[in-house]
Amino acid sequence: MPPRNNMKPGEKPKNVGMIIKRIFSYMYGFKIHFFLVVLGVIFSAAAGIAGNALLSPVIDNLVDGFKTGEWDKGAFVTLLCVMAGIYILGALSTFMYQRLMMTVSTTTLMRIRNDLFNKMETLPIKYFDKHTNGELMSLYTNDTDTLREMLSNSIAQVISSAITIVGVFTLMLCYSWLLTIIVVVMLFIIIRVIAAIGSRSSRGFIAQQQALGAANGYIEEMIDGQKVVKVFTHEEKAVEEFDKINERLCEASTRANTFANILMPIMNNLSYLHYAATAIVGGIMTVNGFGGMTIGRLVSYLQFTRQFAQPITQVSQQINAVLTALAGAERIFRVIDEEPEADEGYVTLVPAVRTADGKLAESEGGKHTGIWAWKHPHQADGTVTYEEVRGHVEFDDVYFGYEPEKTVLNGISLYADAGQKIAFVGSTGAGKTTITNLINRFYDVPDGKIRYDGININKIKKSDLRRSQSVVLQDTHLFTGTVMDNIRYGKLDATDEEVYAAAKLANAHTFITHLENGYDTMLTADGANLSQGQRQLLAIARAAVADPPVLILDEATSSIDTRTEALIEKGMDSLMEGRTVFVIAHRLSTVRNSQAIMVLEYGKIIERGSHDQLIAQKGKYYQLYTGMFELS
Amino acid sequence: MLKKLLSYVGKYKKQAILSPITIAGEVIMEVLIPLVMGHIIDDGIQKGKIGYVAGMGLLMVGMALFSLLFGALAGRLSAVAAVGFAKNLRGALFRKVQEFSFANVDRFSTASLTTRLTTDVTNVQNAFMMFIRTAIRAPFMLIFALVMSIKINARLSLVFLCAVPVLGAAIALIMVNAHPRFKAMLTLYDNMNSKVQENLIGIRVVKAFVREDHEKKKFTGSTEDVRAAQVRAEKLVIMTGPIMQFCMYASIIAILWFGGHMITGGTMESGQLSQFITYVGQILMSLMMLSFMFMMFVISRASIQRIYEVLTEEVDIVSPENAEKTVSDGSVKFRNVSFSYFKDMNNLALEKIDLDIASGETIGIIGGTGSSKTSLVQLIPRLYDATEGEVLVGGRNVRDYDLGALRDNVAMVLQKNVLFSGTIKENLKWGNENATDQEIETACKQACAHDFITGFPDGYEQDLGQGGVNVSGGQKQRLCIARALLKKPKILILDDSTSAVDTATDAGIRKAFRENLGDTTTFIIAQRISSVQDADRIIVMDDGKIADIGTHEQLLETSEIYREVYESQQKGSQDDQPGNGKEAEE
Repeated sequence: MPPRNNMKPGEKPKNVGMIIKRIFSYMYGFKIHFFLVVLGVIFSAAAGIAGNALLSPVIDNLVDGFKTGEWDKGAFVTLLCVMAGIYILGALSTFMYQRLMMTVSTTTLMRIRNDLFNKMETLPIKYFDKHTNGELMSLYTNDTDTLREMLSNSIAQVISSAITIVGVFTLMLCYSWLLTIIVVVMLFIIIRVIAAIGSRSSRGFIAQQQALGAANGYIEEMIDGQKVVKVFTHEEKAVEEFDKINERLCEASTRANTFANILMPIMNNLSYLHYAATAIVGGIMTVNGFGGMTIGRLVSYLQFTRQFAQPITQVSQQINAVLTALAGAERIFRVIDEEPEADEGYVTLVPAVRTADGKLAESEGGKHTGIWAWKHPHQADGTVTYEEVRGHVEFDDVYFGYEPEKTVLNGISLYADAGQKIAFVGSTGAGKTTITNLINRFYDVPDGKIRYDGININKIKKSDLRRSQSVVLQDTHLFTGTVMDNIRYGKLDATDEEVYAAAKLANAHTFITHLENGYDTMLTADGANLSQGQRQLLAIARAAVADPPVLILDEATSSIDTRTEALIEKGMDSLMEGRTVFVIAHRLSTVRNSQAIMVLEYGKIIERGSHDQLIAQKGKYYQLYTGMFELS
Repeated sequence: MLKKLLSYVGKYKKQAILSPITIAGEVIMEVLIPLVMGHIIDDGIQKGKIGYVAGMGLLMVGMALFSLLFGALAGRLSAVAAVGFAKNLRGALFRKVQEFSFANVDRFSTASLTTRLTTDVTNVQNAFMMFIRTAIRAPFMLIFALVMSIKINARLSLVFLCAVPVLGAAIALIMVNAHPRFKAMLTLYDNMNSKVQENLIGIRVVKAFVREDHEKKKFTGSTEDVRAAQVRAEKLVIMTGPIMQFCMYASIIAILWFGGHMITGGTMESGQLSQFITYVGQILMSLMMLSFMFMMFVISRASIQRIYEVLTEEVDIVSPENAEKTVSDGSVKFRNVSFSYFKDMNNLALEKIDLDIASGETIGIIGGTGSSKTSLVQLIPRLYDATEGEVLVGGRNVRDYDLGALRDNVAMVLQKNVLFSGTIKENLKWGNENATDQEIETACKQACAHDFITGFPDGYEQDLGQGGVNVSGGQKQRLCIARALLKKPKILILDDSTSAVDTATDAGIRKAFRENLGDTTTFIIAQRISSVQDADRIIVMDDGKIADIGTHEQLLETSEIYREVYESQQKGSQDDQPGNGKEAEE
């Protein structure tokens, strides 16, 4: 298999601007929502600032009232009413924008998920070879989770913070340019502190991520091999080793968390320092009446210093989360941007009828007739011909490698007549499965090398090609749903009777009826409640219900013990009857009655013939059959 | 449950306690700063005393510096405590899992155990950190700020008497209602992810049956469900922000209104009013923090529960006191043994087994899938305990032995076997840590593994990678056999351990066993008749019972099952190769 392309966690996003733009492109149809969100954020932030700004006239009004003994109560009431109005508006705006943002973010997330899944379904098998399931799974879990965090919190917060910072700074400047010098100095210090702690913290988190990966890897390996550990009484050794790894994780993690933890209190208290410095200078100014400073203005200004620090702290705390989310989004988009499985095929599968003169024609309204034909439009002269689907397969000197420099098949030529049973034998890596992978175009080979019912396989539409074949793989995969659903997977519109017939054919009917709810028994977690052998029987039934002209059995009975295999032999024989069958099996008794057996080695067919011919030949097959050679 | 978990804070107790204390220091400073500010305004500025303003101002600077120091210290301490706690917890879990018997492991499944040791521990770590940072901070701040405001002006502080319960009740109401909605969302979320998982595992099936569109439709349905559930849950939670704002703003207006009258009436000073306004923020913010802490706890409750389950799982197989440390010989006796994986006499895997095997005998075991071949041999090294009856090794009940001693003498090569990351030699040394190169080579030769090992570029030092990925199935099985041989056991059990090995090599291994392990009692479970036919005795298992027992020849005569299996494997070769019924399989 080709080398895997690992996506590491803790990776920084490459093109921040592009990714953000891309995320926004998923918010289509929400222009008004978004406009209102921005408006709401502005109102909400402005209300907070304006409320504090109004404190100054209110307090000045009170101080004057006390000093002069003539309180202008009318002005006081008016001010409070204005303040209340602004506050109510602010709270309502907050509610509105959060509500709208929730709709936008959940929908955006859903769209991204759907896009990701839809793309994943169209990717070529090759892609899944290169990426582990865990890697792809983490796109749906970790990466979308952090993205959700960002969408529902960060966007609004960043806008709000920006507005607050700019607004408060402007007001501070208006209130007193002298005190604003202190702000600038503080800002400088704050930025230095954030940069210093932030970079240490993000380095710390990367180190923690690596240590965590090592620890999780060890845990996984040991727990997976727990029974071996017990049998070898290796428990103490394992604990000893784990303690070391755990200690390393602890160190890295403490470092990372320390930096993350101290950021907030440092920022918060820097703001108090600022507050104190402002109090001294502002107090002196007020006493001297310098720069038009009043107590009310000072109180307001002091509230501003607190209000100024908050968004900076918040944004600095969000930076890591946002970067992680963007890196995750980048990984998601990378998958969405992958090339889907190429398909230039134009020959399609249609139900056909035989006309009076013995020729084939498409059936009226696509009605199923039991006869299938390839509809082949010829570009040269614009005619359409129909070719009956029979399952005739031809390989002509096929070379193929999963990676260009490493060929797995080296000049394979073979010929399977409709209705023949062809078997492939050989060690792991000899190329048996690869051949079947080419027949259903999981992988592509250059033009004209493989012909299917006489048609260049690359001209056949992939979905139609695959519909004409059924595959039973060694590792049986079932889906969450009932037994009935799982068998019906082979033909979605199969009647219950068709499903029963297929199950009987595969000798699965008996065990199914013994299940708790018979055919309605729910299978969960890839059919974990069934034995491997039972799952293979279901997979055979699933292939049987599809009723295709070509059948590929890749180690389809490997987990069924020899006695049961003997029992289902009859069913298998009737399943294979009239179809072209490709069989891969290690158990040579399974392939014995094939019309042709191909022995593969290093991607070449080294022997071919019937069982009797090959035994007489006394070559590799003979050695395998008599157990003189190991299949590994 | 919490108490048990918290006991794992262990040596990090100091930090765990100091952290809230330093936070208390920070809180005191934070609450006092507005007080000092009030004095600056009222006693300094209003009275025009510049010296007082400067002096108190410097005091405030000092307080801010102290607060910073305390805050940073608390951050450090809480990190050390929480991470240390997680380390101890992880270590304890790992130790506990090492003690687990097979039955314990079966009960949890390996995937779920891994999650408990990784994700769940991380969740608890985060919750614990949050807890020690806010458990003191929030209530302390709340009370302290309240006390301060009452001291300044008791009448004005009545405003809080209204605001705090209103906000508290609103938040509580939201949380209580949101919790089940979040749970419902998580279930749907899991469903959606398991659909992805299924598609990843079964992508070839999806593609082979051209069911991409079918799957897309199913998935789109589940993302819509998740979205709807998310909206349902979150629309409650987002209410907290505006409600908090509303309470805070209402309090400020009320304080200004009442305070305004007091100031103009001369019963209060303007500096005190500004102090009050600062306290509004502190008091209501700490309420919010308390509610967040509560939410974190609710979220992590599931993780705490799962960790607790592992830690308190009763290990059902342990060494007895005064355990026997030596196994005298390799004889094995089963006396009326019945066994159930669920300790349920109505659901038996083995039923009334009686067996008497002499030291040094070679026993073959054959039978269909599910006939309990593996269950039978697993009782010998006491991987499971017999539900009824007793199993004797070397003349003593297996329950009397020290587990380590018993398992060192009973080597078992498991059906689902595992090699670990590391070199071949490191893996082999699992059998005997102190094995010399000579001993290792001997064992490998007996297991017919030496030749292919020396074929690797690095020979015995060849790195296997995680899970032994660089060797074929047959090679892996032979390495596992060699690993077991290095233990020099009195009893050796091979549970379908040569299924991927070709018959010639298989025969070679058995020959080596005959020549070198004459004194070792050997059990061979196999699918292939050829693997067991030259054993001293062959046990034919059927549905948890011993159907027949005897030599190959005897069984061909007497056992119908044995004959059936034999014939199913003979077919075909009779025409060409009479007398040679061997076949290769993997």
